[in-house]
Amino acid sequence: MKFRKERLDRGIKARCEDIFALSSYREILYLALPRVLPVAALLILPLLKDVVGLYWEKVLVITCAIALLSLSWDLMASVGLISLGQALFFGAGAYITGFLNYTFKLPPILTIPLGSLGGAFFCTLLLLPVLRLRGVYFAIVTLTLPLLLARFIETTKILGGTEGMSALSPLPNIWVELYVPVVGLLVCLFGFRRLINEDYGLVLQGIRDNDRAVMSGAININMFKAQAVFIAGIGGAFTGAFMTHYYRFVGMPAFAMDYSILPLTCAVLGGVGTFAGPAIGAFILVPLSEVLRAFGTLRVVFYSAILIICVVGLPEGIFHYIRRKYHQFERMVEVG
Amino acid sequence: MLPSIIIYGLVNSVILALIAMGFSLTFGISGVANFAYGGFYILSGYLVWMLLNYLKFPFILAIIVSIGIVGLLGFVTYWLILLRVRGIALSEVIASFALGVGILELFRWMGFVTYEFNLPYLKKGMILIGGVPVDYQRLSIIGIGLASVLFLYFFTHHTRIGLAFRGIAQNERTAISLGIKSDRTAALSLAFGSAMAAVAAIVILPLGIISINLGYEVLLIAVAVGIVGGLESVPGILVASLILGYVQVITGTYLAPEWMMVVYLAAIVLILAIKPSGLFGKFKELEERV
Amino acid sequence: MEDKTFLKAEEVSKNFGGVAAIVRVSFSLQEGELLGIIGPNGSGKTTLVNLLTGFVKPDSGTVIYRGRNITGKMPYKIAELGIARTFQMVKPFYQLSAFKNLIIPLYSSRVKKLRGGKYGDRDNVAIDLLEDVGFERDSFVPYKVASSLPHGYLKRLELARCLALRPDLLILDELFSGMSMSEVASTLPIIEKLSVEGLTIIMVEHRLKELFRIAHRVIVLNFGCKIADGPPRQVMENDAVKAAYLGSEDEDRDA
Repeated sequence: MKFRKERLDRGIKARCEDIFALSSYREILYLALPRVLPVAALLILPLLKDVVGLYWEKVLVITCAIALLSLSWDLMASVGLISLGQALFFGAGAYITGFLNYTFKLPPILTIPLGSLGGAFFCTLLLLPVLRLRGVYFAIVTLTLPLLLARFIETTKILGGTEGMSALSPLPNIWVELYVPVVGLLVCLFGFRRLINEDYGLVLQGIRDNDRAVMSGAININMFKAQAVFIAGIGGAFTGAFMTHYYRFVGMPAFAMDYSILPLTCAVLGGVGTFAGPAIGAFILVPLSEVLRAFGTLRVVFYSAILIICVVGLPEGIFHYIRRKYHQFERMVEVG
Repeated sequence: MLPSIIIYGLVNSVILALIAMGFSLTFGISGVANFAYGGFYILSGYLVWMLLNYLKFPFILAIIVSIGIVGLLGFVTYWLILLRVRGIALSEVIASFALGVGILELFRWMGFVTYEFNLPYLKKGMILIGGVPVDYQRLSIIGIGLASVLFLYFFTHHTRIGLAFRGIAQNERTAISLGIKSDRTAALSLAFGSAMAAVAAIVILPLGIISINLGYEVLLIAVAVGIVGGLESVPGILVASLILGYVQVITGTYLAPEWMMVVYLAAIVLILAIKPSGLFGKFKELEERV
Repeated sequence: MEDKTFLKAEEVSKNFGGVAAIVRVSFSLQEGELLGIIGPNGSGKTTLVNLLTGFVKPDSGTVIYRGRNITGKMPYKIAELGIARTFQMVKPFYQLSAFKNLIIPLYSSRVKKLRGGKYGDRDNVAIDLLEDVGFERDSFVPYKVASSLPHGYLKRLELARCLALRPDLLILDELFSGMSMSEVASTLPIIEKLSVEGLTIIMVEHRLKELFRIAHRVIVLNFGCKIADGPPRQVMENDAVKAAYLGSEDEDRDA
């Protein structure tokens, strides 16, 4: 008596195909819950600030920031560009915002958008020559650029040098502090998902999967890659821009390796290419890292271990696993 | 001033070349990602230190054991980790990079960060060349470095294993059909590259202290030299090291020591703008990817 | 007198690290012709296609298309000028449905220009295109996911991908390889119809019987050199061609 594992779609999933999804509350709930629940939770969490305490609200902000960085990483990965230096976008956005506020005394309502766009533009320009070359080459260059930019600032002492620029304008009030990253995260999450499912996103994924075929389809792949980097860059730079005003400080740590490794780990853990996966990964890893704060730098070793295990053992990530469990069930079936 | 610049420029260039070679052997020449390179470099330094200070090994033995262990570690890394993701460039890079970061941060957490962590010179003393005092350590760096470059060139062009290394990068299927065991060759390549990292570490680290951030810098240097010279080319490494080495020393002397790192950034940006595949690299982008 | 040749390759050569893949090949193509490229395995047929379409840069020689020098230009630029090609190793986007596979060429600026500045309804255009290459619309075949389609359909999907570009020159690289007899029999009329309607076509093929039925002219490659150029009947009578495919008489005698 031999058995094999069989996976079948759940009944409710089959009933949700096409128009039948509207047939009863259960089906509608089945479809809506995975989308509505997290959004509702995210929007409600800031309201609990007095219950949960300001410390955990800070964690929420940082989690959203890392999630945003992970999303921008994922968008670039969707076009085939693997970035080992997401800190580049973070730092660029952070410094432009800080500079505008410090030197020209522009208010956050102006500096943050300008920082996001400017940072994205600057990074895209910097990466333009490398887009043409093999993906691994791109990864290498992204690894080195944040480190080198930090050194450059340290050496030339511009933009505050090693001390950075401090005493920057604060954000208007606590609600802005909490809701801007949350809303930004949701906008990027749903925006990027929409983008990747549109025809434009198909072209991007085509470039990732089979760029020769896309080229022979009369598409200038480098222009599309540049566009993807720019859009992803807006998300990344926005994070840096916002955090600059949140901390009221910008300095060389804006290019720190943490901002490169953490989004990468979140994305790999959560599921590359799914956008929801990296966000989930962030919501697991960042609070976890707060809980393990006592271990200091050992946490980075921990991230490395997770990265290796996920890359080797669970390459599709958590999100795919969860989705599979949600839509399908398994049973053992007799063979022969 | 000039003789000093010439000599120290040469020393610096050879240091850069030594650092870049192991990485280029594995990644540029064999096509196997080795982003744990910085980690292995520092690891071999600490290994020698521990063998000398905890186990009281004689120096020669410590060196040999350390190189051996690191080489073995490279071999094992391939079989355990990289083998499972071979061919998926993304995963190779991430996995090996994570390993390097893990090693480095582990040492940092374990507290290996004070000034007492340094390696002894091979031989103390110095001689005068053209009125410039040069210590034996730096002389041996030059000697070992140049010997390594020649060895690497000869190895990859004239020995069976070396040619196999190049073979698996070019076209794996052809290599396999020629009887080259692709996985074993790749593992050997990783082992050799890591061993070269160890050799470089042992001669270079005595010049200063073993610091964790040096591990990241080493990867940076290896990558910068590779980008400027062309990742797969041995002459490229040599020329790139000479250029970067001398420009660094000149800016260090006439401007300020901190500017030396900026040279890498400028060089990378410049090369990417002019000839993105590196001075001696072949522009492979348009070639048919079969 | 203006040279009205549609496509002209002049003395193109390509060396791959010591192996001479293409050696001083020249040929010309008139508008509306269907040119076949044949030759034994390894004679360089696909390399020649790559040289014409920009995927490989020739070491020497020029490729002139409608009076423009396109030697070594980027593949997407050459595609934009109206040259579409199939790939021997078919690699569709497996997780997408068949018609979604066509979205990408339909997204190009060339298609937009040809349609008068608007992309139009890409999905419907894709379904129509697939119907033209024989995907049965009533059986919902165009909606099937690419990974579930048999090889013959995938090859026709390749053809549709090219046609989506509204090419002026269609280059088919071994389209019939891996197709069953019935699939070839149903695909051949499609190509014949395109040729009759005036589309200039180059076909690299191994299946000579089918090719000779529709080709106006054939060139033969052997070890990277062009050894014959003319109407199909004439080429097959050529001794050099026979020797290339079958081995020469002298060799047989010794064996």
